Amino acid sequence: MSRFSRLGSALYEGEVSVDFVGRRRTWYAVSAVLIVIAMFGLFAKGLNFGIEFEGGTEYAVTLPADQVTQDTADRLREEIAALGIEDAEQPVVTTSGAEAILVQTESLELDEVDRVSAVIQEVTGATADDLSLSNIGASWGRDIIERAVLGLVVFLVLVVLFIWAYFREWKASVASLVALGHDVVITVGIYALSGFEVSPATVTGLLTILGFSLYDTVVVFDKVRENTADLRARRTTYARAANLAVNQTLVRSINTTVVALLPVAAILWVGVVQLGSGSLKDLALALFVGMAAGAYSSIFIATPLLVQLKSGEKEIRLAEKRAGSRRPRAGKAAQAPAKTGGTSGATSRPEPAPARPVRASASAKRTQPSRQTRAKRGKR
Amino acid sequence: MAGTSRSAGRTLVVFGIGVAVLFGLVALAGSWKPALGLDLQGGQRITLRAADDDVSSEALDEAADIVNRRVNGSGVAEADVTTQGDTNIVVEIPGESNQALVEVVRRQAQLRFRLVACSTVRQGPCAGAQEPAPGDQAPDGQNPDGQNPDGQNPDGQNPDDPTGSANRPAPALAADDETTPTEDPTGSPQDGTQEGGRQAPADVEEALAFKDAPGQPSITAFSQATCPLEERPDDGPGEPLVTCDDDGVKYLLSPSVVEGTQLTSAEAGQDARAIDWQVQLGLDDAGARAFGTVSQALVNGRQQFAIVLDGTVISAPTMEAVITDGRASISGDFNEQTATDLATSLKFGALPVAFEDDPKNDTIGPSLAGNQLSAGIWAGVVGLLVVMLYCLLYYRGLGTVVIASLLTAGVITYGMVLLLSQGAGFTVSLPGIAGLIVAVGITADSFIVFFERIRDEMREGKSMRVAVEAGWLRARNTCLAADTVSLLAALVLYIFAIDEVRGFAFTLGLVTLIDLVVFFFFTKPLVTWLGRFAFFHRGHRLSGLDAENLGLDRLPGVAAGGAR
Repeated sequence: MSRFSRLGSALYEGEVSVDFVGRRRTWYAVSAVLIVIAMFGLFAKGLNFGIEFEGGTEYAVTLPADQVTQDTADRLREEIAALGIEDAEQPVVTTSGAEAILVQTESLELDEVDRVSAVIQEVTGATADDLSLSNIGASWGRDIIERAVLGLVVFLVLVVLFIWAYFREWKASVASLVALGHDVVITVGIYALSGFEVSPATVTGLLTILGFSLYDTVVVFDKVRENTADLRARRTTYARAANLAVNQTLVRSINTTVVALLPVAAILWVGVVQLGSGSLKDLALALFVGMAAGAYSSIFIATPLLVQLKSGEKEIRLAEKRAGSRRPRAGKAAQAPAKTGGTSGATSRPEPAPARPVRASASAKRTQPSRQTRAKRGKR
Repeated sequence: MAGTSRSAGRTLVVFGIGVAVLFGLVALAGSWKPALGLDLQGGQRITLRAADDDVSSEALDEAADIVNRRVNGSGVAEADVTTQGDTNIVVEIPGESNQALVEVVRRQAQLRFRLVACSTVRQGPCAGAQEPAPGDQAPDGQNPDGQNPDGQNPDGQNPDDPTGSANRPAPALAADDETTPTEDPTGSPQDGTQEGGRQAPADVEEALAFKDAPGQPSITAFSQATCPLEERPDDGPGEPLVTCDDDGVKYLLSPSVVEGTQLTSAEAGQDARAIDWQVQLGLDDAGARAFGTVSQALVNGRQQFAIVLDGTVISAPTMEAVITDGRASISGDFNEQTATDLATSLKFGALPVAFEDDPKNDTIGPSLAGNQLSAGIWAGVVGLLVVMLYCLLYYRGLGTVVIASLLTAGVITYGMVLLLSQGAGFTVSLPGIAGLIVAVGITADSFIVFFERIRDEMREGKSMRVAVEAGWLRARNTCLAADTVSLLAALVLYIFAIDEVRGFAFTLGLVTLIDLVVFFFFTKPLVTWLGRFAFFHRGHRLSGLDAENLGLDRLPGVAAGGAR
């Protein structure tokens, strides 16, 4: 842990620096690969829509763990099919977690529901208390999708307005929206690959990701804005200042992500292992993937993109030029060294506070003043 | 600096008092366990959705009210009927399930035409020997404090007063003024009774006989009943019925003569003179035949029949003409609104809104509910513990601040949930628990932002206590922005979330708000206050703010070596 903390310090001082901004092609490529995989999952495998969308009847039978076997499932499938109910000719029977078996059929009529319930109780010996069921008409899903899409649109509009108002910068809005889209596509793709059922909980999870992804981006952009407030005085370029900002918030980003993912992982674990089905699992998977992607994108996608978008601005180009004339070799900020040694910390860090050599004297053991001059302290 | 930490101490005390007040309120509310949602305690949920998206909220409320009466009338205790969104009505029965209830909720209201044998405003055969039936006198009030023929309630009786609903005359049923009965229905009404309609017409003679001589058991039942009835009566079509109308008038009614299914149309309209509002009815052939017979029997003496909806009399008009073509109009003291309402009720079968045929039916068995509850609690405990452990490992001394803050936030959240359960009918569902757990991450993140800022400030060369204040100023803005985004997300989610999952958005938003409160009034003052202790401000090895941890050679403002 303490080594990690030290890394935090090194990142802060610019002694260790990952070139997030300069090597953007690499990161874009990584994301492109992820998105291709996601698209593959989405189109080749497809989403597995639950009964809330497609309509149908689903029974969940809670049983003692030793009864939750493939054998029980097979017997249930045969017995239900033998009922001769048209909509239950091919029931899908699966074990779910350690303590439940799921039976899915097409949407059934009321009396059919009762007949299938009776067979399930007969085969498994479960009581009515152990039986849960959902019976949903086929047209029900229309509503959910409409509302989800509407929610998405409203949310995106609000977000664009909020970021624009907070950062006074439409380019920040664009960059965070791209990051947002990136996260959603990856999440949906991985969800498709996982084969988990898409339920209202999934949709909720997906909408929640929007908030998280954005939250992360806001924090990183906040630091970028702070670092790039006065490029001239800091004698640096926008790209370098932004990169430093990302590095400085890296520890926070990692910590935040870990802290946010840990509880979600707990939900996912409980949902998959203990329950095996239901809203917890669906919600948690969407959240888990989305949050991870959100943390990645705010660092590797949003910030480089913001820099790229802003690189055309006059002010930014001027800063580049100034930097170019100062240090011809590192003229293009985009090619800033991936790792700068401790000595170059002074150049990549806007406000170095080097310990001044102090003459050995009687008071040498006293702590030396570490305050900066008034001019440098500024009003940050 | 001392001043800052003293005021920090004060803030902490005030905050503590605030929390105490919260729990005082909880104690007043009197419940220490939150109300569990259906998915955590088992039960049944039936969701009706309007067929048309464009439904007024009043109509939906009214429909929910009717469904509520219907469900609770069917003997299911504790059913909870609410509206959801713009189009849904949700019926929840906690703790038990009853598949037959789907039918009760789904079925269109039972509309029946019955003959009135006796009522509290017109004793008829029930009056016995001492009270001869005032058969030739039109009833003049449907309302409980309206007149009683025996003069029990002499004041307020003014049959001619057209205003004032208290004295409104009974509606009268006449041949539809607008369509003169040009074509005679095939077969005489009498034939109709022999041929038999779908259900009712065969019983018309029986019903007519019942009207004149209900028999002692029915009369006893009638005299024993009091309005309003405690339970919705069993509205069997072949059985006589003792029931009330909304004004509290009690009726003894014959078996059904015409069923609601025989009604082909119901429109509000004005009579030929365009003065009075009325409801115009159309019946199918069998209904028309039965009705013809009834009208012939009733027109003489202007006796009443009753339109019964779900066991409640919604109107008891007198028969003013023989109606054989199945087109009748109910006139009375209607205005446009009441006429339209009655027509709508007749048309849609009580519910002022047409619902989709297939209600959504979810039943959660108590076993599954128990599993889900324990799974939710497990996930919460594990999630909270790993977050605490991580913060403790990484932030050491400051990690205890995280733990204290998380616990405080947890305690406040629990208090709020209890209060909302009591006050606003909030129930904890599985998605709600998930929201709480996910929010642990959001809450912990505020602290991480804050601590990282403090450490950054210390790296800039500030002493711990200065760094806390400087770091606070910046962390505060970041957290406000980030929490605003979270709240925005929770709000949008809440508005657009689907059904049960709404609990997730709610708890997420709730905890985000609580996070802000805890962050401002607990965490920050706590850190400031802790700054008084050498353990923290001199950078003890375990404080999380020591030189090595920060990557410095030595702490600013602290002699080399610090407080080891």
